[in-house]
Formats: sequence, structure tokens, C-alpha cells
Amino acid sequence: MVKKNNNKRRDFLQLSTLTLGGVGTAAFIWPFLKSMSPAEDTLAAGSTEVDISAIEEGQSITIKWRGKPVFIKKRTKDEIDAAKMVQASDLRDPQDDADRVQKEEWLVLVGVCTHLGCVPLGQKVSDMKGEYDGWYCPCHGSHYDTSGRIRKGPAPKNLDIPPYSFLNDSTIKIG
Amino acid sequence: MDKNRKVHQFNNPVLNWIEFRLPIISYFKKEYGDYPMPKNCNYFWSFGALATITLVTMIVSGIFLAMNYTPHTDMAFNSVERIMRDVNYGWLMRYIHSNGASFFFIIVYIHIVRAMYFGSYKYPRELNWILGVFIFLLMMATSFLGYTLPWGQMSYWGATVITNLFSAIPIIGEGLKTWLLGDYNVGNATLNRFFALHYVLPFVIFGVVGLHVAAVHVHGSNNPDGIDIKSKNDSVNFFPYMLIKDTVAMCAFGVAISAVIFFGPNLMSEVDNYIPADPLVTPAHIVPNWYLAPFYAILRAVPDKLGGVLLMFGAIAILFVLPWLDRSKVRSCNYRPMYKWFMMGFFVNFFALGYVGMLPAEGLYLLIARVGLLYYFGFFVIITPFVGWIEKPSKLPLSISDVYSKNIAPNIGGGEKGVPSPAMQKDTNL
Repeated sequence: MVKKNNNKRRDFLQLSTLTLGGVGTAAFIWPFLKSMSPAEDTLAAGSTEVDISAIEEGQSITIKWRGKPVFIKKRTKDEIDAAKMVQASDLRDPQDDADRVQKEEWLVLVGVCTHLGCVPLGQKVSDMKGEYDGWYCPCHGSHYDTSGRIRKGPAPKNLDIPPYSFLNDSTIKIG
Repeated sequence: MDKNRKVHQFNNPVLNWIEFRLPIISYFKKEYGDYPMPKNCNYFWSFGALATITLVTMIVSGIFLAMNYTPHTDMAFNSVERIMRDVNYGWLMRYIHSNGASFFFIIVYIHIVRAMYFGSYKYPRELNWILGVFIFLLMMATSFLGYTLPWGQMSYWGATVITNLFSAIPIIGEGLKTWLLGDYNVGNATLNRFFALHYVLPFVIFGVVGLHVAAVHVHGSNNPDGIDIKSKNDSVNFFPYMLIKDTVAMCAFGVAISAVIFFGPNLMSEVDNYIPADPLVTPAHIVPNWYLAPFYAILRAVPDKLGGVLLMFGAIAILFVLPWLDRSKVRSCNYRPMYKWFMMGFFVNFFALGYVGMLPAEGLYLLIARVGLLYYFGFFVIITPFVGWIEKPSKLPLSISDVYSKNIAPNIGGGEKGVPSPAMQKDTNL
């Protein structure tokens, strides 16, 4: 009887030691793992203000925001119409054009392909714009339309819209 | 400790002094002196030694490069150019290191081909094979990390594409990617940690190579006929026979790598990597290093992001279970009339995958990649188990000596009974 109790006591001590040791190890490892996440200064790399008064209709500029390219495009009437005509339900990542813009002539996009992170072509006049006349990713052949929505190719999602606001008619604040 | 421990005695008192305290002398004598090598091993069996030498060369040249390299996004590219132009013999260090990586993969691919063709992965060397695949995986990770360091266009966009693979994982993907990068895109934090890991992983590889070698020495090396050593007549001592043979192979290898280092140092590199990294412009055509191209081809052959990533990693993971997919007891493909051709087909297919992996994923190339993908997995999942089941292997020789008495000296000695010819006995009983 005494022996049995002793064993139970041993089991308990063993189990609690292991548990505490495990918790201690995890607590020790956590700071190391967490140190690999983006640092505070990286997170704080805030916002950018862009002067858009010089952009002509049909023109597009690329600016750098948090290390990523952001496309700001002043769309033509045709391009807006083409984007609006599409039925959202037919798309891989269904979204209406109206949900992707604040003012319909201004399209603001994160210029990073949602497949594997390349920068799509289409910003320069001479660039390939793909079958939907928006952007075309040269890496693995994703086609985006004039609203930056994925239409063809391996990318799973539409081009991201960064948080932005119009400070006045000629300035956009991104971030 | 055991007072009755038997201590090896050598003629040299210094060796005896060491041996008494740390039995390392007898260990080396046993593993690299008297270690029996099957006497029918051909030059394919030198590639393990070549790989080890190359690993050491990579570590040494890498340490000296690190003395002049700066892992910062603003300075990395220029520090590499400084190594090329201003550091004494810096160009040589860098060309040894960059071409050494390519040659390391050439050697290891041949080493893997040898293990597959002659069935070295089978009982009792399965764990050895698993350790080998693990080394291969570590090598791919290390080379990818190293390729990022010069911070050229291919470095930057290669790193971007590969780290984005992780974002394909549902739910945790994006978070995992950000954690790996230390930023929302490839940046200074990424470059710093890639450098740290690129420095340490080769030493991990070195450790696993130690286990890999120790494991093969337990049951001894396989051989072209895939049969075990049965008597002393079947083997030769590692020293001096295999050492000399490996040295000859090493000389040939030295000539080959020198020819590339001195006369075509950029043959296997991408010209775009001499353009500094630009996060706003993607090169028109992102090309992986040639040695990763077969897996890149598999990634691109699948029109679905997650599916492509899974199959690419699956293509490596399936290697781990090869010893259990192959049901045939016969090791060497020399005695497997059907499987031999499927195996050759596998090698050709892998090469074709690598070729299209370097080209744009469209039209005929994409079709080839898809057919190649089917054969790659079909070979492992269907052909290998099935052929092992239906195939009738040819008759195995009774012993390794028997191979010689039949093929080389059929008139001398009783080959049928596995008795070596007098000539061979004289040769091997040294």
C-alpha cells in the first residue's frame, strides 16, 4: 500500500516537473521567435502623401509605400466603363468596381501580384497590359483588369487596395 | 569506467597516449583505414567523397567572403562588387563559392542518381537515404538563402517569390510569411536573417553529413551489383585503394571546376543579378538557379497557387519514403530489366523538368512541365511499387568475386560456386 502511494507521488512529481519544464522552455523560446516578427520601427513606417494634380487622364504613377509599390491611376471613361460592366459574380474574387474605388476616376492599388509577389506590368505606356487592358504579371502570367481584379492566370485574389484618403483634390494620403 | 577496456596499441607513443584518453585513432583506422569497400565499386562511388570536399571548400570560401560582405540592403550589392574589384583575390573567392554551389549540386545529383539506380536506399540503408534527402533539403535552403545575399535583381525577386510560397498556406500563410521576412516584404530584416542562417546552415549540413557517413559505415557501401560483401575476397581496404581512387576522381573534378571558375565563371549565373535590387521593378523573367529548376517547373505547372506549392514540396517529401515504395528485394537496376528503363526515364524526365523550369511557363514548355510532373509522381506512386511486384529480376551473382570470375576471367577458378579465381585472390588478400 505504501509502495503504491509512493508510485503515485512519483508520477505526480514527474508529471508536474515535466509540465513546468515544458512551460518554462516555451516561455524561453517565445522571445526568440517573436524577435523575428516585424520590429516596432518597421510597423511604424507610416503613411505617405502624394500630389496627384499632375496626373493626366489615362496616366498612372508608382510610388513606394512601406517598401511596396503603390499604383495610382487616373482612369479614362472607357476604362471605368469596362470595369463597371463586369458582373462581380463571374469573377474569381468577386468584387464590384464601386467597392474598389473612392472616386471612380482614381484607382489606388498595391502593385504586388497576389500570386507570388512580383510587380505587374502596365504602368508604362509601352508595357504589356494583359488581355483585360489593366495589368499583366510577367512572372507567371496573371491578367488584371482596369479595376485591378484578377481575371486570368494563377493569382488567387484581386490586387490589394491600400488604406488611403483624399486630403483635398490634389493630394492623396496613403496609409 | 571499465578498467578492463581493451586499448589499441600503436607503435607511436604519442598515438598511444591519445588513444588511451580518447580512442579516436582506432576509430579513424577502422572507419577510413581498414574499412572494407566492395571491390566492384566504380567511379560513381567517389561522389560522396567529392561532395564532402566541396562542402568544406564552400565553408572555407564562404568564411573568407563573409569577412568582406555587408548584410545591409544599402550596402550588400556594393560590398559584393568591392569583393570582385578591390579585395585581393576576392574575385576568386566569390567565383569559387558561386560555381562551387553549382558543382555541389551536380555532384549531389549524381550521388543521388547512383543511390537510386543501384538501390542504395534499400534495406539496410534506409536511414542513410533519409539523412541524405535531409542533407539535400538543407542544401536547397542554404543555396536559396545565399543567392539572396548579393542583393541583385534575381536575389531580391527570387527571395520574394519563394517566401510568397508560404503565403499560399490557408489562414496562417500571410502571418507566417511576415514572420519569416521580419517585414511585410523582403527588406533589410530579411537580408540580415538570411545572412545569419546562410552562415550557420552549412555547419548543420556538416553535422548531418557526419551522421550520413557514420550510418553508411555500419553496413558498408553498396556496389554496382547490389549484393553484400560475403568474404574478404569481395572487398578491398579503404586505405589505400579507395583513397587513391577518390583522389583520381578529385583531380578530374578539380580540372572541371577550375575550367569553369577561370574561363566561364558566369556560365551558370543570371546576368540580371548584376543589376542592384529594385523593389519597384520585377525582371521580365524570373529564373531560379538551375539546380532548383525542376522543382520550380513543378510549381508553375499547376494552375493553382496552393496546389503548386504542395506538389513542389511533395516532390521532395516523396523521396523520403522511396525505400518503402520500392517492393523489390533486388537492389541494383543492372538486374532489374524493366525498372531499369523506368529509372532512366525518371532521370531524363527530371532533366527535362529542369530545362523547362528555366524557360517561360507557356505553350509547349508548360505542356512538357505538366507531362513531366505526371511522370515524376507516377514513377514513385505507381511505377515503383507496381514494377517491383510484377518484374522478374535477372539472376544475381553469388558473390562480388563471382562477378569477376564470370566476366573477367571465365576460364580460371570456379565462378559458379562463388569461389574467386586464384588471380583475384592474389590481388585482394593484401
